[in-house]
Amino acid sequence: MVGLEGVLLQAGPLVETFPWLAAFFPEGVVSYALGGLFIGLGVAVIYLGTGITAGASTFLETTLSYTSRLPRFNRRKYLASRDWRLTFTLGIVLGAAAYALTIGPGGWTTAVQPWRLLVGGVLVGVGTRVGKGCTSGHGVCGVGSLSGTSVTNVATFLVVAAGTAQVVMALGVVP
Amino acid sequence: MSDETGPDGRGARFHGLILIGGLLFGFGLGVSRMARPEVVLDFLQFQDFGLLFVMGGAAAVSAVTFTLGADVLRGTAPLTGRAYGRRVKQLDRNVLVGGAIFGVGWGLSGICPGAAYASLGVGNWPILWAIGGMFLGAYAQGYARSVLADRRGAEGIPGAD
Repeated sequence: MVGLEGVLLQAGPLVETFPWLAAFFPEGVVSYALGGLFIGLGVAVIYLGTGITAGASTFLETTLSYTSRLPRFNRRKYLASRDWRLTFTLGIVLGAAAYALTIGPGGWTTAVQPWRLLVGGVLVGVGTRVGKGCTSGHGVCGVGSLSGTSVTNVATFLVVAAGTAQVVMALGVVP
Repeated sequence: MSDETGPDGRGARFHGLILIGGLLFGFGLGVSRMARPEVVLDFLQFQDFGLLFVMGGAAAVSAVTFTLGADVLRGTAPLTGRAYGRRVKQLDRNVLVGGAIFGVGWGLSGICPGAAYASLGVGNWPILWAIGGMFLGAYAQGYARSVLADRRGAEGIPGAD
């Protein structure tokens, strides 16, 4: 199984033709592009069958509606979609598990420190709700819709995230 | 997204299709290595630009799909009767503020919602710190919105959603 992952991570003909690209794509581009196509395919299947443009972050609010009585989480539009968002998220978890157990490397855990995950998670939770979407809602569905709003949101979070990661790296926080 | 429509179909076929879509989506997050915070951080630290191909590839497929639905088929989806449309949201200050907050979180942790769920699927249990944090953040935002809405309601000023 390591062999297949090896194929996915090879530099590929593009990098062989243009060696200078290797500095920017040390792991090649095959696994990235192929993964992106699968992500898009998941969006396409749901869209063509149901007309829904599926993003991943609204799951947070709709799932809170099961336990919270706050009117914010119990609006009609969240109650209407909370069931399928659970199914969608279950699918994401199982799909990633299927990858890990077949062509992937099996189970693994991140070395990124818990405080970074927690604080980053809180900010992502706030930001995605204030900004009306995330990397899949704005980044895939919104950009795929040629939505100026989504392009603006993606450009904003890409620039800010890169800046943040650079500062964190400069401060010597590893990993 | 046209969320203002009524409840979506709840039949077995509907959920089955959503599940298949989720499986493909999650499998793709695994293959693309986005379920690894380390790889996302490598991108943001300019050490590996592969993530551009993930977002670009996924957005290209969704662009073709939405064009097919909204411009060619122009009908309604078989399982819900929902009209094929695009994901177009109103641009306001929140989109910029939210994007910036999201960016700080993403840059600090390397984690976004979809990738975090997928990461759980590959057995990365420390990711529960991030998922717990995302729910906390979403709850705090919703709580603040509710309080603000109450206050504005009392003052008779309509609150922006």
